[in-house]
Amino acid sequence: MPRPPYHEELIARFTQAVPHIKELGMTIIDVQSEGVHIRLPYREEWLGDTVHGLIHPGIISTLVDSASGLSVLARLDNPEPIATLDLRMDYQRPAIKDHALDCRAEAYRVTPHIVFVRASVWQSDENKPVALSQLAFMRSSTSKRRVV
Amino acid sequence: MSNAFSEARRIARESRNYEPLNSLMPYARFLGVKILDIEGEPRVHLPYRPSLIGNAQMPALHGGVTAAFMENAALLQLLLELDETRVPKSIDFAIDYLKPGRPEETYADCKISRLGQRVAHVAINCWQRSPEQVIAVARGHFLLTSSE
Repeated sequence: MPRPPYHEELIARFTQAVPHIKELGMTIIDVQSEGVHIRLPYREEWLGDTVHGLIHPGIISTLVDSASGLSVLARLDNPEPIATLDLRMDYQRPAIKDHALDCRAEAYRVTPHIVFVRASVWQSDENKPVALSQLAFMRSSTSKRRVV
Repeated sequence: MSNAFSEARRIARESRNYEPLNSLMPYARFLGVKILDIEGEPRVHLPYRPSLIGNAQMPALHGGVTAAFMENAALLQLLLELDETRVPKSIDFAIDYLKPGRPEETYADCKISRLGQRVAHVAINCWQRSPEQVIAVARGHFLLTSSE
């Protein structure tokens, strides 16, 4: 699948124009229509359990939501507003300190109103995920009706 | 068993000073999470700051921030109500977004819906302005220390 022409702009916007993503220091490893790969470098601030040296599950959700949103935009032909409808995290194993978190997200089904995404998060070994995730996004441009 | 968590919980229960408990989790401190004492009941509070924004156009809070804040609120609730000696491990977490988070103060109310020998189920409501103005609902399963 060829890259939509706006991918370069998308990459720049993701890391520079989203205040929280900028604050966390996420980096883009790869952006394709078929999926994206985002990395969150390790910081001590991510810990949720200092006694056992475990990363807080909350920061993993933030990484997944960010990467998944980008995967939706990368899959669409033109930029359009999107909103996360729901997100489910299944924690497979603890995320440990001193290691970056990597996330691969894939918008695997696009309908006129909804996009479905699956994502996985790992540290060092992609075959040993720390979390698997499933999300649904609403596309805003195709409907002017408010759902809430 | 006496450890950092037991001590922080004792202070929280006796003097309603929740800061020692909160500060045991660096990521909660990074987000800026506060625990308020509302007529003897703890209420988890996320003070607004511009770097929590995920959509600069609207503007709206980053969906991951809302999720992380709510999951952290559930963990705090478990640490406060139970006699856990470590941070419970997240098994899964699911969030439904009802409306965009405004660039404002955000609050979470949690309820332990079921407490088993090994697993706790926690329901979380996230709101702004008033408890009726819910921006997201979530639930999670958490593995308890006593099961290890």
